Amino acid sequence: MQATNILILLLSLGAVAFYLGRSRSLAIALPLGGIRKLHSLPSYYGMHTALWCGLPSLVLLGLWLMFDQPVINSVVISSLAADITPTDTASYNLLLNKIDNVAQGILPRKGQSDSLIAAANHMVSLQQISQWSLTALSLALSTTGLFWAWRKIGSEFRARPAVEKVIQNLLLACACLAIFTTLGIVLSVLFESIQFFRSVPIYDFVFGLDWSPQTAIREDQVGSSGSFGAVPLFVGTLLVSAVAMFIAVPIGLMSAIYLAEYASKNVRSVAKPALEVLAGIPTVVYGFFAALTVAPFLRDLGASVGLSISSESALAAGGVMGIMIIPFISSLADDVITAVPQSMRDGSLAMGATRSETVRRVVIPAALPGIVGGIMLAVSRAIGETMIVVMAAGMAAKLTANPLESVTTVTVQIVTLLTGDQEFDSPKTLAAFALGLMLFIVTLLLNIFALHIVKKYREQYE
Amino acid sequence: MSKSVDNLAKIKHSLTRRNRAEARFRWYGRIAIFIGLSAVAVLFVDIISKGHGAFQATYINLDVSYNQDVIGIDNLMDSTQLVAGDWQALSKTALRTKFPQVSGRSDKRELNNLLSSGAGFDLKDRLMANPLLLNETESIWILADDDIDTYYKSWLDGDAYAARLSEKQIGWIDELHQQGLIRLQLNTNLFTRGDSREPEQAGILGAVMGSILTLVLTLLLSFPIGVSAAIYLEEFAPKNKWTDFIEVNINNLAAVPSIIFGLLGLAIFINFFHVPRSVPIVGGLVLTLMTLPTIIITSRAAIKSVPPSIREAALGMGASKYQMVLHHVLPLALPGMLTGAIIGMAQALGETAPLLMIGMVAFIVDIPGSFTDPATVLPVQIFLWADSPERAFIEKTSAAIMVLLTFLIIMNTSAVWLRKRLERHW
Repeated sequence: MQATNILILLLSLGAVAFYLGRSRSLAIALPLGGIRKLHSLPSYYGMHTALWCGLPSLVLLGLWLMFDQPVINSVVISSLAADITPTDTASYNLLLNKIDNVAQGILPRKGQSDSLIAAANHMVSLQQISQWSLTALSLALSTTGLFWAWRKIGSEFRARPAVEKVIQNLLLACACLAIFTTLGIVLSVLFESIQFFRSVPIYDFVFGLDWSPQTAIREDQVGSSGSFGAVPLFVGTLLVSAVAMFIAVPIGLMSAIYLAEYASKNVRSVAKPALEVLAGIPTVVYGFFAALTVAPFLRDLGASVGLSISSESALAAGGVMGIMIIPFISSLADDVITAVPQSMRDGSLAMGATRSETVRRVVIPAALPGIVGGIMLAVSRAIGETMIVVMAAGMAAKLTANPLESVTTVTVQIVTLLTGDQEFDSPKTLAAFALGLMLFIVTLLLNIFALHIVKKYREQYE
Repeated sequence: MSKSVDNLAKIKHSLTRRNRAEARFRWYGRIAIFIGLSAVAVLFVDIISKGHGAFQATYINLDVSYNQDVIGIDNLMDSTQLVAGDWQALSKTALRTKFPQVSGRSDKRELNNLLSSGAGFDLKDRLMANPLLLNETESIWILADDDIDTYYKSWLDGDAYAARLSEKQIGWIDELHQQGLIRLQLNTNLFTRGDSREPEQAGILGAVMGSILTLVLTLLLSFPIGVSAAIYLEEFAPKNKWTDFIEVNINNLAAVPSIIFGLLGLAIFINFFHVPRSVPIVGGLVLTLMTLPTIIITSRAAIKSVPPSIREAALGMGASKYQMVLHHVLPLALPGMLTGAIIGMAQALGETAPLLMIGMVAFIVDIPGSFTDPATVLPVQIFLWADSPERAFIEKTSAAIMVLLTFLIIMNTSAVWLRKRLERHW
């Protein structure tokens, strides 16, 4: 039976359990003098029965679906005939795929070797056994749960606290998902990175000046050893981010100041949402805009004044990224500027300072920690931004600080290394995870530090 | 006495300078806002001016005779014959009868290039839908090739782009135009087909369906989980190290670059749990993890805005803490939570980078119908088309962007509307 069918069956069984539990509690209450003699409302008895009926089998179903295919695979592989037993991981995966395809009937059985067909038959029979035992086990589990909970119902049974305990644990599990996500990120990136650092020393990766991630197809190939020095990528990333911040910080900050200190209510109510439209536009749209409009425009502009600007320049990618970040900086800065107490402004104005002097000498210094925190969050965003640079920055790793040239970034390399077919034993693929690790660490540090500053600052004036 | 006059003069003198500085400062602010707003305007004008043409396509009117000898079939019910039939011959013969003077192999090839390479199959579909047409002749509008389309549109605009056409082809188009046999028509292919290597046949329906499937899964997973987590953290969590740790995690996850979630999906879901690649399930799972922090944070804000007096009244009437939350706090906080969910979904709809990692960049012609069919999503389709060398894809890409932005605008305005309409101020 299919997993979805089992799921539907379990859900309907749960509904039946709810009804049974509820009616039993009512039946028990009737001779005692109505439901006020029960500890909890009848629906809680129903819910308790339904939970005991459904939850254990749902957990079983989830675990089973996660682990049945790997277990079946290893059983099939370990019982293979000697003539097709795989020797390394690549041929192992290939063979497994082939057996699976034959078993599902995607590949024709005709023309396959006998041992392969035997393995495929084995797999089919194991899958059937697994399906039937899953059905039988989950049904048995839910009927047992139903019966057990149904038996427990009595006027003294405290159904509501029992149900609430289960709900509380479910809520806690949902909240903990955030921790598991972080853990999953750290583990997945770290595990593959460690494998990568086994073949490429960490020192060469972090301080190497040459990035050309190719792996040899043949042993004697020219330039067979790829080099994995990530410094050009770091420099490229910083260059693009610097261009972005050069545009976003002044514009974002000045708009925030104008909107918070000068603009009339009407202007503010129009200009603020209009600026925030920029934040809602998907990055792939910015990438398209950078690659097809801004980059050719800059190249032609450069050509007309005698400058040679690459058609995949850091300037185009960074500039458009800066536009994307403007609303991010302006809304964060707006928050901290409006949080500065009015009394400080009034004090300054009363001393005869002009409004711009008040802003520059009083408001900005008071809001500075928050603004710096916001800028750091924006930097972390610029470093991690992917689509704009994938579409508008180059692929060639060049060690340069000239924004008119083409550079590549960490995120571009992750995407190029990981799109298409991957093999999880070549350093080329694993390098992407090492880059991901670097990216994660840097953005994490920036975020923690920035959030800390912003939080501390907010508390100051509250 | 003279000293204070001196100071007064100094102040008066400096006042003009200070007032000028004040005016300058205001102008800086105005200029900054002007730059920001003009960036919005330039972006939209650029996309619309590039993409508006894609909603129309060039069609050529020809007399097609569905001659069974030309196709090489004698029975429309026989599927092997249908597969083997030479359907391209239909459109080729029609062109040949229109321009009988064309001879020579290369000229004929150029003539055939006037029509889309899928034109024969469109005619096949037409014949299958109307079997009575067999051996009849009808005058029909047939889809033109993308180069013809690009040329014809640019020529109508007065700035002809003829780089990919020959002199003869331009002559034929001129002739067709004078006879009124070439025209622009609503491009239905754009909304009814999946991806294609031929720009004139490529459509966004496949990507839109993929986006819908992925988003439905994301919403089904992330909304209940996010709301539950928010309820726990706001109403039940004890103030301890563990709760603080959860909060720090959520805040950090909200700022982790999206591409990292792609790496997570690749390593955990695909490599470890062997979820198949390129399917909406894995896309939905990754986007769920990505949007969860947004939904949790907005839901918590919504719960926080419910005044404590409501809680106290419920507890005072003898409700248990769960009854208080489920029956009173949750319904009041729901509009705010829904707003947050819509914003999170809008974010997920525009997301591209993590989906590149989990193989949703495949070239997929079929329109996905379930969570386990290989699919791509709208932003990834935009990325793929933007990478294609054919000039006609620029127009298609911009049109797809316009569709994507329309969806996003609808979602965001409905979020704003929902907030204005349903949110209560206490």
